[in-house]
Amino acid sequence: MKTYDKIIFELSKEGRQGYSLPKNEYKKNSLNALPKELMREKPAELPEVSELDVVRHFTNLSSKNFGVDTGFYPLGSCTMKYNPKINEELCVLPEFTSLHPLQDEESVQGALELYWNLQNMLSEIAGLEEFTLNPYAGAHGELTGLMVMKKYHESRGDKKRTKVIVPDSAHGTNPASAMVAGLEVVEVKSKPNGSIDVEDLKPLLDDTVAGIMMTNPNTLGMFETEINDIAKLVHDAGGLLYYDGANLNPLLGKVRPGDMGFDIMHINLHKTFSTPHGGGGPGSGPVGVAAHLVKHLPNPRVVKDENGKFHIEASDDSLGSISTFLGNFGVMIRAYAYILSLGKENIKNVGPLATLNANYIKESLKDDYLLPIEGVCKHEFVFDGLKDKSTEVTTLNVAKRLLDYGFHAPTIYFPLLFHESMMIEPTETESKDTLDEFIDVMHKIAKEAKETPEVVKEAPNNTIVRKLDETTAAKNPILTFKALKESQQ
Amino acid sequence: MSKVLDDRKYADSHEWAKLDGDIATIGISDYAQHALGNIVYVDMPEVGDEVTKGEDFGAVESVKAASDLLSPLSGEVVEVNEELSDKPELLNEDANENWIIKVKVSDPSEYDELLNAEEYKKICEE
Repeated sequence: MKTYDKIIFELSKEGRQGYSLPKNEYKKNSLNALPKELMREKPAELPEVSELDVVRHFTNLSSKNFGVDTGFYPLGSCTMKYNPKINEELCVLPEFTSLHPLQDEESVQGALELYWNLQNMLSEIAGLEEFTLNPYAGAHGELTGLMVMKKYHESRGDKKRTKVIVPDSAHGTNPASAMVAGLEVVEVKSKPNGSIDVEDLKPLLDDTVAGIMMTNPNTLGMFETEINDIAKLVHDAGGLLYYDGANLNPLLGKVRPGDMGFDIMHINLHKTFSTPHGGGGPGSGPVGVAAHLVKHLPNPRVVKDENGKFHIEASDDSLGSISTFLGNFGVMIRAYAYILSLGKENIKNVGPLATLNANYIKESLKDDYLLPIEGVCKHEFVFDGLKDKSTEVTTLNVAKRLLDYGFHAPTIYFPLLFHESMMIEPTETESKDTLDEFIDVMHKIAKEAKETPEVVKEAPNNTIVRKLDETTAAKNPILTFKALKESQQ
Repeated sequence: MSKVLDDRKYADSHEWAKLDGDIATIGISDYAQHALGNIVYVDMPEVGDEVTKGEDFGAVESVKAASDLLSPLSGEVVEVNEELSDKPELLNEDANENWIIKVKVSDPSEYDELLNAEEYKKICEE
């Protein structure tokens, strides 16, 4: 049912139903006895459909989805690794799903223990003192981390530190989070290889700098080899180092942000720790800090007393609360299951395999695609479009053509350092066979670009919808069913 | 490939300026519109706003990316190309013709510091 494109309201037929309610034995409690102001004025406009309608509708919709479970998903910067099914099995155990956040501490000791254990595992992996698991997503974690940074300076009475240094190659969330936290963004240039230009950084380091945000390896997949010097410079100037955990995957169990001199970091559990990339949630963006910042972590915190009991605490030194209760617990269970399934020995293999896979693709394709930065990359790398620019086949065209061959497209037009960026991250969970299939298809597309460029420019052909009109979609977005109906009239 | 005109001067951040008396017309270069791709939104200042050389006075958003507009000159905005609000694609059609703002410049010597067509062409080729 490739062409299926209905929304459930279109299936509705008056009077059709997929349920039968038991007879009402409580006539005197009729709805009509409710106070008038509590009654709705119009009946709810719900779709009236049979059970079979509902099953077919959602089964057909689900078949349109593309995920890691359907195929290779080399979306750079997103770490689209396989999400093991054991994670899902464990997080739906009734012992977890029937918990209520307002239960007393005594009755949720197991859940608190999981929170506490995971927080400690992350601390060990990151080389930091303590983590909060409360933030709801990566960007929320960034904001929380920057709020810790701000609180730290304010608590020392150092109110003029309002600037956050962000490299021009940074993820867009970095400057955005800094702005939301009420800090001012100052850009530092990167060198041609994408790493921070230390000479450009030095003059920015004055007594108004709150800190610097860095991604290491950076968004070009290259390790910042001068990190020790940068850390020293920033610390000597009184600033803090923030680590964007988006690219933590290649370092897992090998290199620790805390050891590199970072004071604060967030982790995207959906990237490095195999929890689902939900369309908007629920997510989780734990934030870890060095010892001197622990007291500023958000409320509430989970602590363990000398008798082994767990407690939920709040402190006055904290930056306050950034979530209701303790964050998205279901996501934590999945990350915990992932870490325990791999174990200490195997978690060290994640980074090397992710790095090997990325380098294998990079070296196999650099004859056809322009590699702006030579050398060994980490978990991902960036091509600047096709090597042969004479065909005028763009990165967008290549990305769309990949869909025809059943692959998800890489991240395109990011980072902004190049005009035709194509950012490829295979992750460690793909086999060599899959990587070889992808490499073959990429070569094939490069060949098509030379021989039949119009085919590539017209792609995709085999997808549910053809090439979308992105300009009209951006200028006149139709976001509701009502608006769609109106636009068709 | 891109059209660089020698009746105006350029900033290395890819804006152009054309000075007539003390009024400068400011837009983005053909190279910039080409690199951005289909432009879907132009964020512009209001008449009366002050702009400063090298600082942002708005932004252009394309299907690829959002990019700050940096002012090549300092002064006061005296006119805004309202047509771009409804038809941002005009910048793709002709970035040299479709200007973004007009500014009453406070320091005409800033104009001399801008790149001429030849110098700007070199930057684009790099």
